Amino acid sequence: MTGIAMHWNSWSEFLHMGGYAFYVWGSYGVTAVLIVGEILLLRAHRQKALTLAKRTVKYGKVEKEEGNDEIAA
Amino acid sequence: MNSINWYKYSSPATFYGLAGKLIPWFYSAAALFCVAGLYLGLVLAPTDFQQSDAYRIIFIHVPAAWMSMFIYVVMACWAALGLAFNTRLSFMMASALAPTGAMLTFVSLWTGALWGKPTWGAWWVWDARLTSELILFFLYLGFMALQAAIDDPRRADRAGALIALVGVVNVPIIYFSVRWWNTLHQGASVSMTKAPSMAAIMLVGMLVMALAAWMYAIAAALSRARSIILEREKNSQWVAQMVEAEV
Repeated sequence: MTGIAMHWNSWSEFLHMGGYAFYVWGSYGVTAVLIVGEILLLRAHRQKALTLAKRTVKYGKVEKEEGNDEIAA
Repeated sequence: MNSINWYKYSSPATFYGLAGKLIPWFYSAAALFCVAGLYLGLVLAPTDFQQSDAYRIIFIHVPAAWMSMFIYVVMACWAALGLAFNTRLSFMMASALAPTGAMLTFVSLWTGALWGKPTWGAWWVWDARLTSELILFFLYLGFMALQAAIDDPRRADRAGALIALVGVVNVPIIYFSVRWWNTLHQGASVSMTKAPSMAAIMLVGMLVMALAAWMYAIAAALSRARSIILEREKNSQWVAQMVEAEV
């Protein structure tokens, strides 16, 4: 891999992507949105789970003995 | 003889702590690999003599496609483990992987369409590779819908395990579709048997992005697994103590 250098001469050339800007940035853009979206979903899921657990504690629905099911885990 | 306690991390409480420690590492590894991969692929790699710069979609399309197949196989393994050992955590891991797998399958289909339009002249063709990947996407959606439709977690786990195990036969079909049928989709440029038919820098960029996708999938699945554990173990002591400590 000799002669590795910045391939693009200017910022606008980079964005132009050889005329395929729509397809390349359409791919990268949607992927970025989906990844960020999933990370936000994950955080929301965690918050929901934590509030659910806190509500369970508050309403005293926590089993007294250790663990809550009969099958060994 | 100090025998290994294989079941130590199969208890949700222990796994919850372990996963919590690992997640930040996987997210940062994913970010690092992604930055390196994008720099290699988008900035340093030259233009392709045939496809000009449209080929740069490969740095998202191939890693997503590989991960979409790999995640489904991992889901099937967790499902099998869960059925064999009756360990609830194995089923939780399968459920935690499905949304990320579905998202990456969609990304693979989407980027494939955006790549196909300029190079094949069509967003979509009923080609063996594309159709089997679309079936994979429906299998992921089916897994999630089925699990959401069943209230009792234990029955939902078994139903999901069934879809995961039955659907896994589709993955080799996707992989070998380009060889078995005369597909418009090109054959494997990278395979275990022969040297890759790609320029070195493009190949390295793609492999680094594949690592980024892998790290990301692990981080996302572990993070979702922890939430699933909390939801399903909310009545147990260890969750109560942990939440009380936070409140």
